[in-house]
Amino acid sequence: MADSFSINDEMSGRRKFLVAATSVAGGIAGAAIATPFLLSMMPSERAKAAGAPVEVDISKLELGMLLMVEWRGKVVWVLNRTPEMLESLVKVEDQLADPNSDKKQQPDYAKNRTRSIKPEFLVVEGVCTHLGCSPVFRKDVAPADLGVDWLGGFFCPCHGSKFDLAGRVYKHVPAPTNLVVPPHVYLSDSRLLIGSESEGAA
Amino acid sequence: MSNLFNSMIAWIDKRFPLTSNWKAHLSEYYAPKNFNFWYFFGSLALLVLVNQLLTGIFLTMNYKPDASQAFASVEYIMRDVDYGWLIRYMHSTGASMFFVVVYLHMFRGMMYGSYRKPRELLWLIGMVIFFVLMSLAFTGYILPWGQMSYWGAQVIVSMFGAIPSVGEILQQWLLGDFTLSDAALNRFFAYHVVTLPLVLLVLVFVHILALHETGSNNPDGIEIKENKNPATGIPVDGIPFHPYYTVKDIVGVVVFLIVFCGIIFFAPEMGGYFLEYNNFIPANTLQTPDHIAPVWYFTPYYSMLRAVTVNFLGIDAKLWGVILMAGSVVIFCFLPWLDRSPVKSIRYKGPYFKVALTLFVISFFVLGWLGTKSPTPLYTLLAQIFTVIYFAFFILMPWYSKIDKTKPEPKRLKE
Repeated sequence: MADSFSINDEMSGRRKFLVAATSVAGGIAGAAIATPFLLSMMPSERAKAAGAPVEVDISKLELGMLLMVEWRGKVVWVLNRTPEMLESLVKVEDQLADPNSDKKQQPDYAKNRTRSIKPEFLVVEGVCTHLGCSPVFRKDVAPADLGVDWLGGFFCPCHGSKFDLAGRVYKHVPAPTNLVVPPHVYLSDSRLLIGSESEGAA
Repeated sequence: MSNLFNSMIAWIDKRFPLTSNWKAHLSEYYAPKNFNFWYFFGSLALLVLVNQLLTGIFLTMNYKPDASQAFASVEYIMRDVDYGWLIRYMHSTGASMFFVVVYLHMFRGMMYGSYRKPRELLWLIGMVIFFVLMSLAFTGYILPWGQMSYWGAQVIVSMFGAIPSVGEILQQWLLGDFTLSDAALNRFFAYHVVTLPLVLLVLVFVHILALHETGSNNPDGIEIKENKNPATGIPVDGIPFHPYYTVKDIVGVVVFLIVFCGIIFFAPEMGGYFLEYNNFIPANTLQTPDHIAPVWYFTPYYSMLRAVTVNFLGIDAKLWGVILMAGSVVIFCFLPWLDRSPVKSIRYKGPYFKVALTLFVISFFVLGWLGTKSPTPLYTLLAQIFTVIYFAFFILMPWYSKIDKTKPEPKRLKE
């Protein structure tokens, strides 16, 4: 009778059917019991609830200075750009992969050359679109390691991706897209709200 | 006394196959008589595995898998726990030495054709062990929650985000959050101390079972089982593993432990290669260190990850980097079928294979060195060139191994 445990031609149609039916039922039960375990690994309710917008006072941010703000566990940069910095945005355009910000990496109100609401203030997530490192703010012009063409921007130390002072990605670097501009709104001249587009949501 | 011992063994043997297994796997397991230096590393890998399991258990007694306490608990182990520094350095040095012995063990297989028929499955099981080992190293490196832990994990987990369509949801599922946070640290701890060690132990057991089914290869790459003494059925070129190779391996263990202790006591950080300086800074989610590089054993693959800077075939550079990085490890699995040489061992292979293997080793080291450096245009170009050589070793192998001028294999093992 030991032979009856293996599937062979001598097995009766009824036995074959029962083996198949039991296997299918067992498989379904296995998948069913795996589901709660796999879903328990998704972000919890507490993680989903976190991530409220943050308000920033930008009145003390001097020209050319970068402010780092934490929002949803990531860094958001606020950069007060000088006139020279804004001029550099035009000069580097032929070296950029997506100079017109055609890829949806920003809200519609930031789809312009400066990628911002106010030309001087850049609000952008400081998270490299390659593999999530935080690029370094390199405002020095033509440093030895970045070459004579460098007019200031952000350089990712992990894999060498380069972004201009509007967070637009250079060609021929590992990062595929421009840096992400988070939803944001100016509540007044000095108050910036990051993570929401209206005061009410805060 | 010996009577009592013998009757105890007899009692056990009636209830558990003790003597028969001792014979099958040690005292009557016949291994080729010509094992050389390169055959130390399998047993040394077992030794390091035991070291990792033992020291790991003691580290969990004081470590806290909590983003706000993890870094401090590691410092607590280092400063306040009696001999905590020793146990931690044994564990951290063990991690690097695990890769040293496993890389040498794999290279031995590549030189002597140990992946060839009939040992294809043995090689594949070994490759799965290697993947698990990489996962263990990665999850373990996150636990101190230093700058390198945090940003290294950020890069690796972001790679899953590069997978089209399912990438983002997969990344959230891996992290248990929308960013790398406490949830991820907590679960990586679970993988590192429970899931992966269990899987590794089972795989190592299966690896040894498969080895003892086919029998060991040897530096000549010929099958000793094809030449058995007709009277005894024992291979004429085989010697029992115990006592011959157990005693030989003890010599290897002693030499290994001298090196191992030297590192633990005099250079546990190994100049920043075993323990990176930036990891002595607590994780800062707002700032990546100016220079980040993985631990040395991952740097060859890391170089390939960042070597691709152009989009081609409709796939962007980011995904290509991830594909190349994964491919550079997975491609070892295909070796048994890529090698078309009529002989197994490098001793009888021709100049093409020897040159190819040399170039491969050089590119592995150069890529490894480049992976520790900040990317510059020159370094990126070098990484691209050596990535091509690395892959050419595998992809061109069916061709060059077939047309190579080989020497005839001997009938019996050389002394």
